[in-house]
Amino acid sequence: MKITYDWLKDHLKISAKEDKLLEKLTDIGLEVESIENLSEGLDLFKVAKIIKTEKHPNADRLKVCDVDVGNNEIKKVVCGATNAREGLLTVYAPPGAIIPKNNTKLVVAKIRDVTSYGMLCSESELNLSDESDGITELSSFKYAKNIGKSYFSKLSSNLIDLSITPNRPDCLGVRGIARDLSAAGFGNLKPEKDKKIKSNKNQTLKIKITKEKNQGCLSFGSCLISNVKNTESPQWLKDKLISIGQKPISAIVDITNYIMIDINRPLHAYDADKIEKGIIVRNSKSGEEFTALDNKNYKLDDGMCVISDSKGVLGLGGIIGGTRSGTELDTKNILLESAYFDPRSIRKTAKKLNIDTDAKFRFERGIDQLSIEDGLNKAAFLIKEICGGEISKIDIQKIESHKNKVIKFELKTFEKITGFKISTKEMIIILEKLGFKLKKEKKFFKLSVPSWRPDIVQEIDIVEELVRISGYEKIKIENPIKERSKNTLNPTQKLFHFLQRAVASKGYLEAITWSFTDVKYNDHFKEANKEIKIVNPISSELGVLRNSIFSNLVMHISKNLDRGIKDLSIFEIGPIFYGSQPGEQNTVICGLSAGKKSRLSWIEKERNTDVFDIKRDVIQTLVEAGYDSEKFYLDDESPNYYHPGKSGRIFLNKGKDKVAAYFGEIHPNIIKTLDIKTESLVGFEIFLDNLKLPKKPLKDQKTKYIVSDFQKSERDFAFIVDKKVNVQDLVSLISSIDKNLISNIKVFDVYKGDNIPENKKSIAISVTIQSLEKTLTDNDLEKINNSIIETVENKTGAKIRS
Amino acid sequence: MSEIKNIRDQFISKLENDLNIDQINEIKTELFGKNGLISSKFKTIGSIPETDRKKFASDLNQVKDELQNLIAFKINEIERKKINEKLEKEKVDITLPERPFVRGKVHPVSQTIDEISSIFSEIGFSVEEGPDVENEYNNFTALNTPDNHPARDMHDTFYLDENKEVLLRTHTSPVQIRTMLKDKPPFKIIAPGRTYRSDSDQTHAPMFHQVEGLHIDTNINMGHLKGCLNYFVKEFFEVEKIKMRFRPSHFPFTEPSAEVDIGYEIRDGKIIIGEGDKWLEILGCGMVHPNVLKNVKVDPSKYQGYAFGIGIDRLAMLKYGINDLRAFFDCDYRWLNHFGFDPLDVPSNYRGLSR
Repeated sequence: MKITYDWLKDHLKISAKEDKLLEKLTDIGLEVESIENLSEGLDLFKVAKIIKTEKHPNADRLKVCDVDVGNNEIKKVVCGATNAREGLLTVYAPPGAIIPKNNTKLVVAKIRDVTSYGMLCSESELNLSDESDGITELSSFKYAKNIGKSYFSKLSSNLIDLSITPNRPDCLGVRGIARDLSAAGFGNLKPEKDKKIKSNKNQTLKIKITKEKNQGCLSFGSCLISNVKNTESPQWLKDKLISIGQKPISAIVDITNYIMIDINRPLHAYDADKIEKGIIVRNSKSGEEFTALDNKNYKLDDGMCVISDSKGVLGLGGIIGGTRSGTELDTKNILLESAYFDPRSIRKTAKKLNIDTDAKFRFERGIDQLSIEDGLNKAAFLIKEICGGEISKIDIQKIESHKNKVIKFELKTFEKITGFKISTKEMIIILEKLGFKLKKEKKFFKLSVPSWRPDIVQEIDIVEELVRISGYEKIKIENPIKERSKNTLNPTQKLFHFLQRAVASKGYLEAITWSFTDVKYNDHFKEANKEIKIVNPISSELGVLRNSIFSNLVMHISKNLDRGIKDLSIFEIGPIFYGSQPGEQNTVICGLSAGKKSRLSWIEKERNTDVFDIKRDVIQTLVEAGYDSEKFYLDDESPNYYHPGKSGRIFLNKGKDKVAAYFGEIHPNIIKTLDIKTESLVGFEIFLDNLKLPKKPLKDQKTKYIVSDFQKSERDFAFIVDKKVNVQDLVSLISSIDKNLISNIKVFDVYKGDNIPENKKSIAISVTIQSLEKTLTDNDLEKINNSIIETVENKTGAKIRS
Repeated sequence: MSEIKNIRDQFISKLENDLNIDQINEIKTELFGKNGLISSKFKTIGSIPETDRKKFASDLNQVKDELQNLIAFKINEIERKKINEKLEKEKVDITLPERPFVRGKVHPVSQTIDEISSIFSEIGFSVEEGPDVENEYNNFTALNTPDNHPARDMHDTFYLDENKEVLLRTHTSPVQIRTMLKDKPPFKIIAPGRTYRSDSDQTHAPMFHQVEGLHIDTNINMGHLKGCLNYFVKEFFEVEKIKMRFRPSHFPFTEPSAEVDIGYEIRDGKIIIGEGDKWLEILGCGMVHPNVLKNVKVDPSKYQGYAFGIGIDRLAMLKYGINDLRAFFDCDYRWLNHFGFDPLDVPSNYRGLSR
């Protein structure tokens, strides 16, 4: 909402400085978004006279004009306007001036080899009208003595742009803002001048609001003004509109705009002669069409509130008028409409047809139902004053009367909510200045809500009014008490934060990427998951919710590789989605590592990052998080975006859990398709929701501290086993032989090749044997030794290497 | 006596030569071996006349000690020399790079969430969460924003179905609804998380982070709201004093509502929080609207309290001097490395939020 201090002063008796006003506006919730000095620089635009015109030597359509810009100065200006002619008074803009229409700054320019010092302006370039055909023509009668003087009269007031919250339609009118200010003690609201139409002429055009379900128009007021002469607006009106950045059009349009901005009363002017046999306000029928004032053709659905005549739709009530009945400069007889439309109906229709107009914006927030007559009176008087004509009586049709809301306000509620007190007297002053009618009882007020405040419906709304106007700075600070009765984080949240930092500590940079992704990337990683489309994405590259974090991470790792970063690890912890219903999401920690280890190191041999690097990162993270690696179970079933031979999945407990994590090389086909330029790309996903929280907290999990100081022995074995036998099975087999004595098992070599039959491999294992009770004898060791060989050979078909 | 002295003199001068370890050992044997010169002398002690015996033994022991010490010294000297020679050979250029290491980082938004949680933890808030995909009811209707409410236009919503019943939450406020439906009052929670609006330019990202706050009890008023936020902002920016302004505003789910600005100024191109005469909007808040309480079956005649919503990314930008919101989600390795935090830097009250 744009206003000026000067306009406010039409309604407010005040002498304070403008900066005080700005402060007060913000203090009472009418936030000042910006202030702008519209007249800044406008003094550069001068009244000037063309003395001579010549054809441009190098261009047929251009003229070179000698322009008298006052003070005995003659400037050469190149001009393309056909109406540029000797003796014409017009508006001259010197180099350095900023053209209002497009905000460009003029410079001295060579136009086809002729230097032009400035420009002669059209009305459109000056934002005075839409007239862009030729330069401004000033009447020599009015301007002959003004050559060299500033064309614009100086605007003393800055343009103040307010951000009005959607609950305050009353402040979409200057008077509403003035009323709020006066309630806050900033000036006094001037009484309204009551001008009532006194006419003995009837409004002869029949108006009918049909009684039907969901009728969007509750009342329709109108009057006829006959024999008008639409004209240019007088200077005061033009200045008023220009002062808030609007362009004057014609008196009738300007007047309706003025009334709308002044008291937030939208009006609509019809050319009465174009209305066929009266007006019917009714619900539209599906398929009806009309051309609106924005020159677009709209096809209507059932049930939209339309203003129509016997020939069809004239306009959408409260949203936009139609071209068929629009007023023009030669309009003689006007029907002025001042109506009330239901906000819900307005909103529904405007949304469906995607129309946004000033009237719609106001009606959907709620217009004062009781301003119908006032608006008609004010506008009709101005029209008569400026365009002449004769005004009829006002006709008001309604299907529902406005009823004032009444609210019971308990005085103590104010302090209960705000924590501070104001006197009853102060409450009364504020509420009455805001327009409430008040009946004071002992402990409460009975308040009748002003018709312009649709937002006020209950007691809490009264509290808001009082605290807003008396000032938020009066709220006393109650310092918080440092007391905690509940854990800040629950165990799952603790795990989340732990894993996040555990993974980061393995050399991964944490990334945060969108929860949505490019379907092209998502396809590679979604497996059997449902694709979840966003109906209105900002771009097709962000069209689906991600089924896996990999899609975004792969895309970003690729971008980083293209930036020339060769070795990098990134991860993200966040949601992935498997359905489009609330809650159909999982929290995943997903990492990717690309390139080499120890690239270009003088001391270590460089090598590709591999599946066992990523496996270490996952296992170490899980172990650090408190899970027992001895219970982990791995197999090689992994999603299809991993390398089928170099990937796996981890369970925290064999057979008891959902998958805790996947890890492995990213499938070479994906790397190729997405053109990811790296030597190696490995990744992992840990599924937080699948990590069962231990029944006991970690602090209670530690069993007794038991160590053995008896001698330990290490025995090495090398078994030749079938290629399919995996180390996990071998190790768990050996450890199960004697859990008391076998304290550690390490695989230190895996070998295939010479001396080993095809389809076999050699696995070398070191087993630590130690008792908690005694030093083992050679005999004891021999026994367990034999038991290991025997068991392994029998259970796996292995052969001990000798 | 003179014989012992002779041995002593003879061997001391011998030992003064530049000897290697074998030669010294030879001398050692010569003197102290089974039949060494000194050893043999000890064997003769018994045959020395009693009158001289004591002196003889004393002289002999003295010489023995002297020679033994000298030999030990010589051996030690040679060994030391040997080690020194070896050390000289082993010298490396210690300015060569160490073995390669990698350093991970935590994203500034995550760090900021931890900082925020740490601050609110101190005054008794616990952390709640909600899903990113929400139904229309929790995101709007339950929050007193019915379908016909123009305030809905302020949220450019991503929808997942044509009927606009399922959407990506536009704020963290639906967590208020979920929390209050799930439990009984009092409530004292914060809810950080991802939020979404179909808005994308230099200062808007289609996804951003908010933290919701909710405190409902029998007696919580606007003074508590002011106190809580004042405390939070001071702690978060780690300043002694903060200039704050509560401005009336409007949100459908709170009443009265406020927007909060903090004072700042630009000094040497850097933003200084808490001073100066410029204002920066950082959050929205208010007293939870009675309609919202009714919607979640909390009796507004018994319970009341406040709620607030803070933009996390914005706070992180202000605190850590990050200019571009879009860069948060661009995943540029260099940026993450520059603005990220060491994983050991866990914000806590006793160690301070930041280093």
